[in-house]
Amino acid sequence: MTFEFELPPAPTQNIKVDMGEGDLVRRSASTVPSPARQLTPVAKLIDVSKCIGCKACQVACLEWNDRTERIGFNYGVYDNPVDLTPESFTVMRFTEWVNPESQNLEWLIRKDGCMHCEDPGCLKACPAPGAIVQYSNGIVDFDHDKCIGCGYCIKGCPFDIPRISAVDHKAYKCTLCSDRVAVGQGPACARACPTHAIVFGTKEEMKQHAVERIKDLQSRGYKNAGLYDPPGVGGTHVMYVLQHADKPEIYAELPKDPRISPVVVFWKGLTKYAGMAAMGAFAALGVLHYLVSGPNKVQPNDEEDAKRLAGDR
Amino acid sequence: MAAYDVEQGDAVHPGDPVVVDRYTPGARANHWITATCLVLLAISGLALFYPSFFFLTALFGGGQWTRAIHPWIGVVLFFSFFGLFLRFWKANLWRTEDGTWLARLRYVLTNEEDKLPEVGKYNAGQKVVFWSMSILIIILICTGIVIWDQYFYPLTSIEQKRWAILLHSLAAVTIICVWIVHVYAAIWLRGTIGAMTSGQVTGGWAWKHHRKWFKELVTGRASDRTTGTKPVN
Repeated sequence: MTFEFELPPAPTQNIKVDMGEGDLVRRSASTVPSPARQLTPVAKLIDVSKCIGCKACQVACLEWNDRTERIGFNYGVYDNPVDLTPESFTVMRFTEWVNPESQNLEWLIRKDGCMHCEDPGCLKACPAPGAIVQYSNGIVDFDHDKCIGCGYCIKGCPFDIPRISAVDHKAYKCTLCSDRVAVGQGPACARACPTHAIVFGTKEEMKQHAVERIKDLQSRGYKNAGLYDPPGVGGTHVMYVLQHADKPEIYAELPKDPRISPVVVFWKGLTKYAGMAAMGAFAALGVLHYLVSGPNKVQPNDEEDAKRLAGDR
Repeated sequence: MAAYDVEQGDAVHPGDPVVVDRYTPGARANHWITATCLVLLAISGLALFYPSFFFLTALFGGGQWTRAIHPWIGVVLFFSFFGLFLRFWKANLWRTEDGTWLARLRYVLTNEEDKLPEVGKYNAGQKVVFWSMSILIIILICTGIVIWDQYFYPLTSIEQKRWAILLHSLAAVTIICVWIVHVYAAIWLRGTIGAMTSGQVTGGWAWKHHRKWFKELVTGRASDRTTGTKPVN
């Protein structure tokens, strides 16, 4: 079976936006009413074995999102820019890895960017109501009008993805092209990828496609080929097919078992409730004590004693 | 006699009632700058910690402003409190009677002060507040710098920042609790707030709550002026 992911041509008329406020399942520092409908979960599948490192995805990303990456510095490696920036929501990370079994040099190229976690740490950490939202199709998006630039999302993220702009002090990351998906299009990077290493569809379709790809890779000797859809964050809506899925860390330190840091969970969980309880208890005890024992007043005889001591002159 | 807890500017003015100078204008200004900063920090900090308090960011001009200004208020507080620390640390050193006082805390709460040892310028409760504030402010400024991304982002790892923000939150909650104790004690013990507004308390207040300090003041005054006034008992 061949699986073709030719994305439909961009619509030019009768554009219908089919994803909005009503489709939110999570909203940072606030609650949302449960949505009336469930969008079909979507996913981007990145087949690392098919990537040729052309960076068309990076260019398409900058182009579609209307970002301009400033002219940077060549550090002598292919990675350019060397890290994600508030402009570049995606970067190719190049790793030269010597396979200890075959002694072959393998060039591992991983397209890094937001993984769109089912359980997003950024959203959990965010203190600004509505600055980070999650749609029922799995897309995690930032609303820059509401972002306060605190950087809590960076602390919440298990993948080190969000970047704060020094220009407008707001956090930026891949949107999974939510604006394109809303009108039935796939992400710009998937559209631009010449080898179909990046494909986009429903999460189910992508998982099926991954199975085919993994079979193919295994038939070529990559016995540990597999899908990266880490359960620690409830699965992700950006998944990888890895030739060596048993060692994700060789792909420029892709975390083996990512999860929201327990420190963040404690900070955003128990600390908040215990803190409120403690402050409330201290205030309540103060009120109670005042009601029970009343004010402590200096008595006239205290003043008399003081006068006697100080010398009444 | 060099009384450890008699601070510069402390003085007794005989009369009816006896008036005691407790805080100099400098100390009071220093205190209120610190107090203002602490309240502003608590409001902006709670706004960033509890979603239900996020609306308080409006007081600072919105979320972006709150995020930007909170650390700067913290810097002002740190230096302001450092001033208070230099003024008050000596009189807050722990004395033997403080342990006894603390062990009899229940008599403090039941207004039975005759069952407590005589204390100097600060009782054990005030000393606990003083040292708690000192330690917590050091924790808050250190962890605060770690999470002050605007200037210090590259200096620490994300994992270190996670720990810093957790500690910052815990210390902040604790200092708010300490602050509640501090403010409550000032309201509950009548005649106390004047110490930080006019700088003065009555002799009766000093006699009732800080007898050792009061006696030392009187003795000190007597020896300074060599008027020969003898302390009673």
